Amino acid sequence: MTLVDTLQTSFKTVVSYRVRSLLIILAMALGVAAVVVLTALGDGARQYVINQFSSIGTNLLVVLPGRAETSGSFLGAVLGQTPRDLTLKDAQLLGRLPQVRRYAPLNVGAAELSGANRLREVTVLGSNADLIPIRHMKLAQGGFLAHGTERNAQIVLGAKIANEFFPRSQAIGQRVRLGDSRFIVSGVLAAQGESMGFNTDEIVIIPIDYAQAMFNTTSLFRILIEAKSHNVIEPAKQAILAALKQSHDGEEDITVITQDAILATFDRILHTMTLAVAGIAAISLIVAGILVMNVMLVAVNQRTAEIGLLKAIGATSRDIRRLFFAEAVWLSFAGAILGFLLGQSGSLMLRLAYPQLPAWAPAWASIAGILVALITGVLACLWPASQAARLDAVKALSKR
Amino acid sequence: MIHLSAITRTFHMGDQVVNALSDINLHIASGEYVSIMGPSGSGKSTLLNIIGLLDRPDSGRYELDDRLITDLPETEQAQIRREKIGFVFQSFHLIPRLTAAENIELPLVLSGIPPEQRQIRVNDALQAFELKQRASHRPAELSGGQRQRVAIARATIMRPSVILADEPTGNLDHQIGAEVMALLENLHHGGTTLIVVTHDRELGARAHRQIAMRDGKILTDQTDDAG
Ligand SMILES: Nc1ncnc2c1ncn2[C@@H]1O[C@H](COP(=O)(O)OP(=O)(O)OP(=O)(O)O)[C@@H](O)[C@H]1O
Ligand SMILES: [Mg+2]
Repeated sequence: MTLVDTLQTSFKTVVSYRVRSLLIILAMALGVAAVVVLTALGDGARQYVINQFSSIGTNLLVVLPGRAETSGSFLGAVLGQTPRDLTLKDAQLLGRLPQVRRYAPLNVGAAELSGANRLREVTVLGSNADLIPIRHMKLAQGGFLAHGTERNAQIVLGAKIANEFFPRSQAIGQRVRLGDSRFIVSGVLAAQGESMGFNTDEIVIIPIDYAQAMFNTTSLFRILIEAKSHNVIEPAKQAILAALKQSHDGEEDITVITQDAILATFDRILHTMTLAVAGIAAISLIVAGILVMNVMLVAVNQRTAEIGLLKAIGATSRDIRRLFFAEAVWLSFAGAILGFLLGQSGSLMLRLAYPQLPAWAPAWASIAGILVALITGVLACLWPASQAARLDAVKALSKR
Repeated sequence: MIHLSAITRTFHMGDQVVNALSDINLHIASGEYVSIMGPSGSGKSTLLNIIGLLDRPDSGRYELDDRLITDLPETEQAQIRREKIGFVFQSFHLIPRLTAAENIELPLVLSGIPPEQRQIRVNDALQAFELKQRASHRPAELSGGQRQRVAIARATIMRPSVILADEPTGNLDHQIGAEVMALLENLHHGGTTLIVVTHDRELGARAHRQIAMRDGKILTDQTDDAG
């Protein structure tokens, strides 16, 4: 029996047992679709988090006061020590490090913004001109502390605030009052929406000196650092730790977080999660494989007389084994393809429903899903097919 | 062409031993028309199955066309079944989901004959057995006589040298049975060796050589001089 004839004959068999075949194909397809959709979801979530995290800056390092280790802060708490504050001086010191492209000191607080007969509370960021490029913020209009205006009382408004206060007129050049101080609007941020739980549309940015005066503090909340290149992130971190240790009388009382490390951690965690989810989905494929085995065993039993007849008209055991085998291959193949298509359309619907989520199944997951379906289908058939091939022709024929 | 010597076949059912065939010696020449008769359980089907290579004897020698068959491997036996032997069964044994034409085509498919040639030969067979109008019908849509005609067409499509028929008319009424026998006898007139197992004395008597069996042994073996 030729391969083409074997495939054709078994294809006809698959088609003629329509309901049975559809059920198996569906079971296989759902398994494959589950792998595709769940990995699309997992990988989409990973991409989403990474995109969000990448969008907050490039080669970013964040310096914050205090040691991150619990033991250190615990000891500090016991000894009644509080970590030394970060100061503007520290920030300027870091700005001079060779690995650092630019830096932005940061203070955060809240104050009342008034002007144009309106009043509302806003989140206030105090920083320097470099905050805008370091944090990948974009100005829709104007500027912030452009060269020669570093000491001016300038304020940048978030897109939503600018729109609330000056819906009809040009915001740039308008006078507003923040807390007890007067500012001139020098720029408006482009609308960006929420990113990492922080909505830049509803903040205002003022120079760091004004912020420290307004909040009556000399310490900084954070220092944002942009390293010169991806390669010097780690050297920059070491240099920052060394420089601040020296200026803090030999005490390592700060923490440096690199965006890179956080990204890598998230990437790892979410990738592992995607793998785990794919594995769980693949179990449903094994279940489908067991279903195929069961159905093929029933088929062998049902078609005993037919197998006897095939032997009587000259089929070899090999022919019969191949016929059943081909049947299982068709079923798993159809199931795998259908499942792939189902999974892809499921991912498409996810993307349509959640446009921010890049829910694309990774290629490895689709390929693995299809392969696992084919392999389980084929493995599940080995035993039933050999049962069929081993049947005694005379006994098989006498079975009604 | 068929040469059986000292063939025995024993079945074990629990502690019971059934000697389905004991010490059968039989020679059938090419082109003979043989009927095998005997009571139920006398070993007729077992004998036919051994001649048709569906079953292996426990001991004895079987030569077909001067070739010792008994110890041939399975694949070669299958090839001989395919090329030299045609089976016709009481219960037709058609594959229900295939059409009449597809059932007839099956042995050609198993032999790996290309589709164009298969087409021609199946068409010829449909013509010869007056099944042209029924070609695309499934067995369930055919009468008993038509089903057996399909089965005979399938048994002969490879132009075998021996036709083995195990009670081919057992499931048919008298009239249709006679028509089916006429078809088989026609094949015999064409030169094919025909061996028919039957319960029907009248049908059995039509064969030129009549073998009677009992308890796994050949009781009588008569050849008509006429015919
Ligand atoms: N597979 C088997 N297992 C056990 N015993 C068997 C088997 N096949 C046949 N027999 C026994 O062998 C003996 C001969 O059986 P066989 O089928 O050849 O008889 P038969 O002459 O064809 O009978 P019938 O006219 O009823 O078809 C019977 O006693 C039967 O029970
Ligand atoms: Mg019988």
